[in-house]
Amino acid sequence: MRFSLANVLRQGFSGQTGWPLQWRKAEPARSYDVVVVGGGGHGLATAYYLARNHLVRRVAVLEKGPIGLGNTGRNTTICRSNYLRPESIALYDHALRLWHGLSEELDYNVMFSPRGVLMLAHTRHEAEVLERHVHADRLAGVDNEWLSPAQAKAFCPPLEIRSLRFPVLGAALQRRGGTARHDAVAWAYARAASARGVDVCEGCEVTGIRVAGGRLVGLETRKGPIATETAVLVAAGHSSVLAKMAGFELPIVSYPLQALVSEPLKPCFPCVAMSGTIHAYVSQSDKGELVIGAGTDRYPSYGQKGSAPVIEDAVEAIAELFPIFRRVRMLRQWAGIVDVTPDRSPILGESPVRGLWLNCGWGTGGFKATPGSGHLTAWSLAHGKPHPLLVPFGLERFSTGRLVDEAAAAAVEH
Amino acid sequence: MSGPFRLAEGGTRLDRGRPIGFSLDGKRFTGFAGDTLASALLASGVRLVGRSFKRHRPRGLLTAGPEEPNALLRVERGPGRVDPNSRATLVELVPGLAASTQNAWPSVRFDAGAIFDRFAGHLAAGFYYKTFFRPGWAWHRLFEPAIRRVAGLGRAPEAPDPDRYLHRHVHCDLLIVGGGPAGLRAARRAARAGARVILADERPAPGGGLADTGTAGPRIAGETAAAWLAGLVAELDRAGEVVRLDRTTAQALHPSGYALLLERVSDHLREPDPRLPRERLWKVRPRAVLLATGAIERPLLFPDNDRPGILLAGAARAFLARQAVLPGRDLVVAAFDDSAYAAALELARAGARVHAIVDPRPEPGWAARTAAEAGLRVLAGWAPVGSEGGPGLRAVRLAPLDAKGRPEARGERTIPCDALLVSGGWTPAVQLWAQAGGAVAWDEAAAAFLPTRGPSWLAVAGAAAGARTLGEALAQADRAVDRLLAGLGFTPEAEPLPPIEEPEPARALPPWATPELWRRDPKATFVDFQNDVSVADLEGAVREGFSAPEHAKRWTTAGMATDQGKTAQPTALALLAASSVRPLEELAPTTMRPPWTPTSFGALAGVHRSDLFRPIRTTPLHGWAAAKGAIFEDVGHWKRPTAFPRPGESLEAAVARECRAVRTGVGLLDASTLGAFDVQGEDAASFLERIWTIDVADLPVGRCRYGLVLKDDGTVLDDGVVCRLAPNRFLLSTTTGGAARLHAWLERWAQTEWPELEVWITPVTEGRAVIAVQGPQSRLLLRRAVSGVDLSAKAFPHMAWREGWIGGVPVRIFRVSFTGELGFELHVPASRAEEVVETLERLAPDLEPTPYGIEAMHLLRLEKGYILVGHETDGTITPRDLGLERLLSSKKDFVGKRSLELPEHRSADRPRLVGLLPVDPTALPSVGGQLVERAEPGTPSLGRVSSAGRSPTLGRTIALGLVRADRARPGTRLLVYAADRPAIEVELCSPCFLDPEGARLRG
Repeated sequence: MRFSLANVLRQGFSGQTGWPLQWRKAEPARSYDVVVVGGGGHGLATAYYLARNHLVRRVAVLEKGPIGLGNTGRNTTICRSNYLRPESIALYDHALRLWHGLSEELDYNVMFSPRGVLMLAHTRHEAEVLERHVHADRLAGVDNEWLSPAQAKAFCPPLEIRSLRFPVLGAALQRRGGTARHDAVAWAYARAASARGVDVCEGCEVTGIRVAGGRLVGLETRKGPIATETAVLVAAGHSSVLAKMAGFELPIVSYPLQALVSEPLKPCFPCVAMSGTIHAYVSQSDKGELVIGAGTDRYPSYGQKGSAPVIEDAVEAIAELFPIFRRVRMLRQWAGIVDVTPDRSPILGESPVRGLWLNCGWGTGGFKATPGSGHLTAWSLAHGKPHPLLVPFGLERFSTGRLVDEAAAAAVEH
Repeated sequence: MSGPFRLAEGGTRLDRGRPIGFSLDGKRFTGFAGDTLASALLASGVRLVGRSFKRHRPRGLLTAGPEEPNALLRVERGPGRVDPNSRATLVELVPGLAASTQNAWPSVRFDAGAIFDRFAGHLAAGFYYKTFFRPGWAWHRLFEPAIRRVAGLGRAPEAPDPDRYLHRHVHCDLLIVGGGPAGLRAARRAARAGARVILADERPAPGGGLADTGTAGPRIAGETAAAWLAGLVAELDRAGEVVRLDRTTAQALHPSGYALLLERVSDHLREPDPRLPRERLWKVRPRAVLLATGAIERPLLFPDNDRPGILLAGAARAFLARQAVLPGRDLVVAAFDDSAYAAALELARAGARVHAIVDPRPEPGWAARTAAEAGLRVLAGWAPVGSEGGPGLRAVRLAPLDAKGRPEARGERTIPCDALLVSGGWTPAVQLWAQAGGAVAWDEAAAAFLPTRGPSWLAVAGAAAGARTLGEALAQADRAVDRLLAGLGFTPEAEPLPPIEEPEPARALPPWATPELWRRDPKATFVDFQNDVSVADLEGAVREGFSAPEHAKRWTTAGMATDQGKTAQPTALALLAASSVRPLEELAPTTMRPPWTPTSFGALAGVHRSDLFRPIRTTPLHGWAAAKGAIFEDVGHWKRPTAFPRPGESLEAAVARECRAVRTGVGLLDASTLGAFDVQGEDAASFLERIWTIDVADLPVGRCRYGLVLKDDGTVLDDGVVCRLAPNRFLLSTTTGGAARLHAWLERWAQTEWPELEVWITPVTEGRAVIAVQGPQSRLLLRRAVSGVDLSAKAFPHMAWREGWIGGVPVRIFRVSFTGELGFELHVPASRAEEVVETLERLAPDLEPTPYGIEAMHLLRLEKGYILVGHETDGTITPRDLGLERLLSSKKDFVGKRSLELPEHRSADRPRLVGLLPVDPTALPSVGGQLVERAEPGTPSLGRVSSAGRSPTLGRTIALGLVRADRARPGTRLLVYAADRPAIEVELCSPCFLDPEGARLRG
């Protein structure tokens, strides 16, 4: 049944009992044309676009647990494309353009809210780095503008710009950036993919990858073997584990990344604000919680629990930048596992095993790319070659040396 | 008396000699010291304390503790002291406290939002995912702003917080969380065995639930509960090694055992002491932890179970015991658990009229018989099936249940009352247990998730472990603490359990076990009160496929409110199991996350605000620079002088003057912030050989060499000078900004990659001051000051170092230059730095040694084309890109060398460092500006401007940039594109603008 106000009203009179399952609870078949390993946003989006744009008929998404509960359900929901390298700008802006209009496309309110992403500079060096981003983005035709401290304050009134240990010296603003409802993104893609015949198989962990003569021939799962010649690994947090099953290694280190929310408040924070020097990002959810991103732990781990000092650092930064929030309370904290590559850019393309593709290594920033990542990965799988926008992000760059270094995008001083 | 529902006597917490005035929504009330906001409102007859999150249904107090879902108030205690979303059950009454209701307009009684409840059928969980998005712009422009306004709870504070917060770091042998009988007894046992104990209890006074029992409570060793508790507490407070903390909540217990305790220090004080913080965060590293965190009572499921006046039986009992408040005059009790009978008995004895106790269990147990014998009417096999009244309870509907548990309509009875006390059994508080990594499993007999396996340092006892009687709780406490103490090496002495008079409770009936009650009107039967999640919402979730617990939680928001589902779980999970026809034990509870109760940002941040937010690092010459008129800027954590403008002089003029002084006379720069590392050991030379790009092994003692440090991918991490102090000892002088990162890098290689090397790395930046003496007259100046060193060019060449004296101060002199001029760096002990710099100034007034700042430093090196790490490099730049191939040793291997051999690093589109001369010599290109052929969006970037400035020496603007190697021909003209600024035309040239032969340097 189509999602619409009319149907919500109609169902209101019949106890809302007419809504069907949002996605079929599929059991895996014996074979598929394409198997997507990982039922997060990226995987579900890939499956959706395979079915929707490329009319691939037999597609399955295999998810270890219930869908959407890895990093898709754990991130701080920021969408932006104000990156530094032309390759990255093109990739992320492709996604940002899809965000605008995604709810209608998927018939599901994913609550994309282009509230503006404000990135603060606190030192001259940071200002120069952010200004470089502005110039690079604008040259690439992507919006990003430089604001004075007063303009930044006007855009984000709770911001303190002067009486800080590190006063605000300026800010880069991408107005088209914003936030989206992360859970809804996974559910929407699952529903739309399922409606187009994709099997979304939950509780179907992949336990082995079968390779013959350098080619993918199938997957072992908790629910039995599946024959397929094309699969893509989209399992953020566990990409290295899966790669190992296929017999190759990925240049990925996995860390816990933490986030927290405050108690819900009436609207008091109009945008997304990020600060590199004092490391924190914050926005306010539709429900009213301040959603705050903290940093990664200093040590690699697969435990989805982070260390206390990292949360403390983030809260200190928020209380410093927005003094009116000092009495606001933290409600809940959690962690996800991020797969970090040496150049902080994702790995997209075919793996050393023919037919086995990779969509991983998004580090701390994969959510924003969800629609674009799925869209371009589907294209690549359907055409048997990487989409032109994905060509720079192949695994081979770590042996050729042609890196797409976005470490500077995180305003890390070199 | 204060309020119609206050008894004339009693109240263990109450100080009737100290009445306290407060207000709710501007209306004045009076309570007593010892009241909570909740008890004072209840005593005053205020039932309606808020409106629910979504449907704006009237809500009243449900509980007496931290699990309260309904009574969330905005509390003000003077300017800046505003706390939205405060649970009235935790706010202790202080004079002048002004509370206001939230989420209601114009008032909590006549709330326009109540209209939403009329459309409850349309506003089912998740309805907002199904509409509001057509046309595409409508969500962001139209619906989202409207939804945001009705969502949210309280208003954020508007003024900065005047209060202070502190952290305390402590170690102990045993941390006990929970000051109820189990926790107290365990603490005493541990203290007697000699352990250092911290006992944290979130309530204002110890005793836990036992302290809330009255006449129907147990007797221990012939004493009342209160007397027995008092004896325990008194002994603990005498014991030297016990820190007993009231009002202290264990918010987080990490898998490592690290615990965060939040102590509320000041909010309850009549007159806040300015010397005290508002809250104190205890960061505890205990060797073992015992959780005696108790249990939380469950509300019942029946239609309109959320009406103000319906509260937990245990809460009513607590209000009576602590503050002598009755929840109403005419009561009905719904006892699905025996503890509600005790509440009924005590309230009846206190003067309330208990009209009926309904108990759905067909066989009345000991408690029911006792109540009946006391003259109370017990309706066994009955249950509540509805409530009546507007925003306050006026009657409950009761019905007998048939053999299948269905309410019989014919027998239904309506009993007028003003309070309904409910108990659906108790949920062990296992949150901290789970946070720490302990496992839980469903226990059908207890109808709860109980702790099973956990870390060896962790134990749980009492109601949190499923104990149903005091005797069981104390026995568990003894066993648990004995096990932990044995692990710590303490041997507690045998101590018999006291004899306890208490009944054996009958098995409780959990709320979900009566499906005929919650299936009657699922939309009006609430599971999560704060987030307005009804039975219908959970059923709908299952219908649409959200039957996994985490999915159901996210779809319905059950358990995501500020109480984190304390009263909603495991009921919501059980309903999910029932709706999806699965056994409950197959459903794991969703992850329990810190904190236990919401924790203020201020407390987490502690003193780390404004000047204490991050350390301010100043150099030994900071005072000297300040006296010279320096203006400072932040560089990392350092404060460094930007420049030294004279009175009336502009910044730009000052920088130009400083530059000229260095080029023509002598300048002084405080370079103390540069990274400095003392590297020693038999293998120091071979270690540095592997790290630095240059040859180190053949560097003679007394000489220095400039080189680079690369990452394994071949890009520049840092640069710096290696000085050989002795055959096995080196001093590294590196960049300010990269010092911490470089230290980590060196240690990583030394410790994890080459542990076989004998090498020790000591950061020595802060031990000394560095004064750069630069300019053609620098030697002249030093000659007057330095003794013991031959400063002649022949005896002391460029890139050498010597030891000597300035006055009585030992000084190491390095002949190095970052300006392109003849120059030296003086390394002196930090404590003597000012003395040395003043000596230099005193000895050479005629030379006018000019202090210069980092702005001049940048310009001087820019004129020479010296790279600055972080400007010319950005983590992607190789030595070859910078034209520094000469720094790559061909004789040895070093980190990053292999990557440099990759063909990619020689490709034509690699960047190349170039000089940029603006065609208009007054135009200053923007740093970060993009080098292009046409200055319009869509044109490919050929490179970027990395540094730019107005060169006083050359009298024109100059810049450095990195441009595609195949375009990096001198004479090429490109444009600098910068957003919102006019394009600037530049001509490519050599990156060295001044003295390319280096004659000045070697003078």
